[in-house]
This record gives sequence, structure tokens and C-alpha cells, in this order.
Amino acid sequence: MTKKEITKEVVCEPPRTRLQSIPIMNCPGCHYGIIIRMICEVIEELGIEDRTIGLGGGGCTGFWTMYFDLDMYGGVHGPGLAIATAIKRVHPDSIVFAAQGDGEMGAIGLGYFMAATLRGEKITTIFLNNACFGTTGGQMAPTTLLGMRTTTTTQGRDPKITGFPFHGAELAASMKGTAYSARMSVHTPANRQKAKKALKTAFEKQIAGVGFSIVEFLSACPVNWHLGPKECLDFIENQMIAEYPLGEFKNVDYIEHLSDG
Amino acid sequence: MAGKVIIDGNEAVGRGALLAGCKHFFGYPITPQNEIAEFFSRELPKIGGVYLQSEGETAAGFMLFGGTLAGARCMTATSSPGFSLMQEAISHMAVTEVPAVIVDVMRLGPGAGTTQQGQTDYRQATKGGGHGAYRSIVLAPYSVQEILDFTQWAFYLAEKYRILVIILTDFILGRMSELVDPKPLNFDHLPEKDWALVGKGKKGGKSKQILSGLMAPGGIPGYFSHQIEKYNRIAETETKYETCLTDDAELLLVAYGSSARSSQDAVDMAREKGIKVGLLRPITLWPFPQKAVKELGARIGNILVVEDSPGELVEDVQASAGDSARVSLLNILARHNPGPQGLIFPERILKEVKSLL
Ligand SMILES: Cc1ncc(C[n+]2csc(CCOP(=O)(O)OP(=O)(O)O)c2C)c(N)n1
Ligand code: SF4
Repeated sequence: MTKKEITKEVVCEPPRTRLQSIPIMNCPGCHYGIIIRMICEVIEELGIEDRTIGLGGGGCTGFWTMYFDLDMYGGVHGPGLAIATAIKRVHPDSIVFAAQGDGEMGAIGLGYFMAATLRGEKITTIFLNNACFGTTGGQMAPTTLLGMRTTTTTQGRDPKITGFPFHGAELAASMKGTAYSARMSVHTPANRQKAKKALKTAFEKQIAGVGFSIVEFLSACPVNWHLGPKECLDFIENQMIAEYPLGEFKNVDYIEHLSDG
Repeated sequence: MAGKVIIDGNEAVGRGALLAGCKHFFGYPITPQNEIAEFFSRELPKIGGVYLQSEGETAAGFMLFGGTLAGARCMTATSSPGFSLMQEAISHMAVTEVPAVIVDVMRLGPGAGTTQQGQTDYRQATKGGGHGAYRSIVLAPYSVQEILDFTQWAFYLAEKYRILVIILTDFILGRMSELVDPKPLNFDHLPEKDWALVGKGKKGGKSKQILSGLMAPGGIPGYFSHQIEKYNRIAETETKYETCLTDDAELLLVAYGSSARSSQDAVDMAREKGIKVGLLRPITLWPFPQKAVKELGARIGNILVVEDSPGELVEDVQASAGDSARVSLLNILARHNPGPQGLIFPERILKEVKSLL
């Protein structure tokens, strides 16, 4: 048998704002890595890396703090949008984004989320909806689907006990101070294209000083869903999108009394 | 008299902060500190700063954290129940070593307590209400002038050591008016805030990642040895107290804040009668003036702690004095009136002094 020649060719460089010294520490099949890359690409394409300050949350987005060659803070569960608010207020020329899990957006940090939208804070929120608490081992989150089994809803989520799934993107869209709100998914190449466009629009709203912007991402959590990576894609396609429709819920270029200019 | 003004203690916080270059205030209204928030809401927009009324004190704490993390001089003020809500943020400030300043205008009691006078948060302020074995510097002014000066000093200390500084006042100090000299104070040169998150473009392209966790070089021992070293350095350098007429004293009063004012009056009244009483007033509650209490206690042998609380300061005094002095306590039960207006009057302190001599 003759040895096959292996040639290596770089087909795609990592984004320069992705700190190469830190490997991504997600579980196999997690979608967070795709979204992290997408954030890097959007920030580079918009030419804002010098003035961007980013926040990871206190769940699996905590480690996001270490992945970006940007000024970053993370590690606290819940108050991300209060911290982001203050950073933006003291440095109005900066671009501030906060990555937040669904526990943070719908449970412990719901108040901070609502207050930030009420005030129309000119920050960009990246809301990761994986229908569970990832970090702590797959407990029920406000986004858990009805009937879905988690470690704290072993018989399936029962709305009589824990209410109904949390629709963050729609909620944000209902607030006057919100400039942009969309829900996207990254489970197919076509969806990834759309998601990146939405993320870029969200940042553009902040750059133009229009108001609050948010993109909710449906995201697979294979270990806690107890599904293989491929089955996760099917779960998103068939179950998640049924509860959480994709699309833009709000997209305005000017909010009276709030927007710059 | 030139340049002097009559203002209350709450306004003195605001004036002191402006003199220190504080441009941002995040807070939530609560009695008896509302005048502080109102002051900033009027004054900060005039200098291009931000006054932001938050959705509560948990948010105010985290906003203060965020603004400070971003390198700005900012502060918040609150009163006891609000200070309790800030403990989570305070713990995150401690682990990331951001130099924040908080004013706690104490009101009485647990829960909603009263909106009036009390000194029942000594333990919370000095021992830390949050988790994680951290320390905060606690300053205890006893006059409106000191509130104005200590607010400026607080920003300096916070940035010098990268530590939270708490200014502990109360209903009486916040609401009483005095003639003060609103002069700016000069402090030593402070280190560059090279750790602050300002966007890497402002730092030659060098980014910074700060994680709220024990990520210091050297692992867990590395983190705690750095903290221990820092706390020891602060205790050695910054411990501050004042003594009055202690040289020939046969009894030593120990009191802080508003109780030190009443105790000072009691000393004056006693001296007029020829009773030899002195006063030791801790100015930094942490670091606590342990050595001074121990030395004076050993020499005088007889200590009376006066505090408008069941007894919190007294624990630090006892721990410092050890067996070298008898330590007695005049506490909240000595108030003149059972209602929320009750106070420990100088006459009552004098009576106690006489009974101990
Ligand atoms: C004050 C506080 N409460 C609880 C926790 C424990 N905790 C850490 S992450 C988390 C939930 C994580 O879920 P989510 O926000 O959805 O983020 P994910 O891990 O899925 O990205 C919880 C409950 C904490 N760190 N701090
Ligand atoms: S627990 Fe879930 S969200 Fe967290 S890294 Fe693993 S797959 Fe991703």
C-alpha cells in the first residue's frame, strides 16, 4: 500500500478577535462555539473591536470572557445587563454587549433585563436559549419546553407547577426602548447566515444609538438534552422552533425621545 | 468664614464626591439618604456625568461595580436595607478588586426597622455582609466636615489599594447641618488604572479579560496570599483614630460616629466637674485601632463603650483590650425615649461614667 500524501491547506483563519491561547471549553455539539465565532466576525466586519467591551454571564457564557481579544468581564450569574448599563453610561462611545443564558434572562436576571429594556439602554444582548440550565447540570430553565424532562422536572415540565416557556425576544420587542429584537438559530447553514445578519443589525442599532437590541439564539445543549449532536439539530427543528418561532420581532431605526441624532 | 457653607451631612457626601472628581452615581431612593441621590441628580448632568436611578439596590450595586470596572469614579449611597441588597455586588467587587465607594446612612434595626436613628449595622459593615472572607475599608465620620473630607479620602483609599471603601454615617449625621469648609483635599499620586475595561483601542490594542473568580497567578494560595498581604498593608498604614483628654483619664470612652459626638459632650461635661474621662474615637472601623485600644485600655484600665446598638463595637473593643481593662457597655437600652426618636444623651453617658468611677 502506498502512503497517501496529506497536504494541509488553510481554508479559513480563525477570527483575529478570538483569543487563540484559550481553547473553547464547551461540550461536544454545543452551539455556543458557532455563536462565539459569529460575534467575532460581526465585530471585525463592523470595525468596532477597539471600542467594544463585552460581558459573559455566570453560566456557560462565563468562560466566554476568556475567548475574546476584547476588553471582557464575566462570571456573575444574573446582573449582566445592570453591569452593561453602567459601562455604557460611563463610556457612551463604547460598544457594549452581554451574553446571557436563559436562566439569567428569564429567571435571576429577568428584572435587570426588563429594566434595561424599559430604559432603552443602548447595549446589545446575546440571549442563549438552550431550554435548560446548562452549567449547573440541566435543571429546568424558564425556557424549558412543556413536557420536557430535566433534572428538576423529571416527569416533564408541568405548567400548573412552573408556568409557561419564556419568550424573551417577543417580550423585548414589546418594549418601547427596544430598537431590534430577533430570534435566530444556528442549526443549519441557512439559519447561520440569517443569524449573523441579525446579530450584525443588532450591533448596528447600538452603533447608531437607536436603542436596546437583542438577538435570542436557539442553541443545542447535547449533554443536558441527552441527545447526540445530530439529534439536537432535529430537536431544534421540530420542537424548539415550534415553541420559539424564528424571525425579527422588532426593527426600527428611530425611537422618539430616545435615539441619538 | 470665607467660602464656608452651612450644609447637612448628606449634601456633604455629594460635595465631597464632586471635589474628588466623581462623575457618576447609581442609586435607589431610601430614607434617610434621599438628599444624596437628589443632590447628584441635580449636579451630575451639569458636569456631563450620569445620575441613574436603578431598579433597586441590587442593580445599583452592580451598576456601581460596572462603572468602576470601566475605570470611572462613581459611587452609590443607600441606607441599611439597601446596603443588605448590595452584598452580592460587593462580593464581586471584592474578588475583582474594583475601587468602589459606598455611603451607608444607617437607620435602625433589622427588616424595615425604622427610618430614623440607629447604629445597628456596625457588624455588617466591618465584618462584611457578603460571602468570601473579603475586607472593606470602613470610615466613620462624626461631623459634616468629616463627611465632606472622608468622601474625598474614600476615593483615594479605594484606588490606592483597589478595595471597596464604605463611609458609614447615620440618620443624625446625614440630617444635621454644620458650617463646613468645602475645600478640595490633595492626596498622593495614584496608580494608573491599567486593569480597567475601557475598550482595547485606548490601551494600545491590549485587551483585558476579568473573570469574577479566583483566577490569580498562583491559584487559590496566590489569591489569598495577595489579599492577606493587602489587608495587612492597609491595617499598618491606614488605621486612624482620634483621642481626646486621655493623658490623665481614669475612664476611657470608646465610641464612633454620632455616638462619639454625644460622648465628646459627655467628656466636656465631666471635665467641668473635674471627672477625669477621655475619649477614643475609631475613625477607621476597619482597620480597627486595636493597638490604641489595647495600650490605652491597659494604662487606664476602665473602658466604657457607647453605641446606639445592642452591642457590636463592644466586641472589637473587648477583643482588642483583652484582659488588660474592664470593658463596660452603654447601649441602645440607654435611650431617653422608647420611640424611634430615642437617643443616648450626653447626660445619660455622664451618669454611667459616674457609676463606673
Ligand atoms: C447567585 C447565583 N445563583 C445561582 C448560581 C448557580 N448557577 C450558575 S449558572 C446557573 C444557571 C445556568 O443556566 P443559564 O443561565 O441558562 O446559562 P447556561 O449555563 O445554560 O449557559 C446557575 C443557577 C450562581 N452562580 N449564582
Ligand atoms: S452544558 Fe450545554 S450550554 Fe454548557 S457548554 Fe455544555 S452543551 Fe454548551
